[in-house]
Parts: sequence; structure tokens; C-alpha cells
Amino acid sequence: MPMAAAEIERMIKRSLPDARVEITDLAGDDDHFAASVVSSAFAGKSKLQQHQLVYAALGGNMGAALHALQLTTSTPK
Amino acid sequence: MAIHDRLQSIVDQNDVVLFMKGTPDFPQCGFSGQVVQILNYLGVKYEGVNCLENDEIRQGVKEFSNWPTLPQLYLKGEFVGGCDIVREMFQSGDLANALAEKGIAFKVPAGA
Repeated sequence: MPMAAAEIERMIKRSLPDARVEITDLAGDDDHFAASVVSSAFAGKSKLQQHQLVYAALGGNMGAALHALQLTTSTPK
Repeated sequence: MAIHDRLQSIVDQNDVVLFMKGTPDFPQCGFSGQVVQILNYLGVKYEGVNCLENDEIRQGVKEFSNWPTLPQLYLKGEFVGGCDIVREMFQSGDLANALAEKGIAFKVPAGA
């Protein structure tokens, strides 16, 4: 059962409370999303670690209910 | 041989390994295809592992790297990232730097 954008945003914000999350549904099928996540929690972390933080927030849905998430992460300017 | 050891030996024996869906000649997923294009553009020699043919590897590699999706790129045994990170590294030049640092041969693109 695919995930809705609002659900993805809710899960990310639950783990990264200060996160600014922008989600784009790439294919209109609740299965292929692009997301940009801005959070101070990423400070001092490698890109790999930043993405792992987001995947951890999604609690095992990534690669399962959520098939494709094109992810960009950054710290607040 | 436990799956973890098998994966460890694959990434130890090959300078560049791409765990992917499909093969380098026939990628069967857009994200895998993007990393294949980047590696081919840079003229990097790599071992493509088709995870669609072996479910044990497909699940095992996710735990092995603590990364939930495919493709997964390894340089000299070190997990570098999935499609998004490899693309970002390619665009910023970090991928070429990482290859050079690890002594992995690649073609410097004209005008780069």
C-alpha cells in the first residue's frame, strides 16, 4: 500500500522536529516522490549520514511501502 | 558462507561494485540506470551485481550497508551511497575526487 505525501512528511517531522519538508509526487501514483529536507540535525554529518537519518525517520517504509524517494538534504542557511 | 561474509568478499575483491536492479547492459530500474550512466561516462571499470537474481543478496545488502534501497555503490569496500548521493557527488566533482583518492582509474571528461 503506497504512502501518501502527508504521511511521509509527518514521519520525517516526528524524528526531525525542526525539519522543513517539501515533497513532490513525481508520478502521481503515491509511489515515486522527490523530497527536500532541511534540518539542523544534519549539521556536521556527511550526505550519507543525512540520508540515513531520513530513512530511519521513515521507519523501514523506505524501499517497502515507499518505492522511490529522490532525496535532497541540507542544513538551514 | 553467511551472506554478510559473501558480500564482504565481493566488495573486497572488486575496486568498484554496484549492487543494482538488472545488469550494466540492461538496468531494470531508473535509479540503477542513472548510476550506470555516471560510471560509464567516467569510464570506471566496475562489477555489477544484479540483485533481482538473488533475493538473499538483495535483502542482505540492505542490512550490510544500513541502506534500505538499491542501487548501492561501493568504492574499495566502502559504501558510498545510492543514486541521489552518487549523482550529487558526480555533479560536485566529489565522485572524481573519491576515485582519484582511492587510486581507481577513470577518464577525466573533456572540458571538466
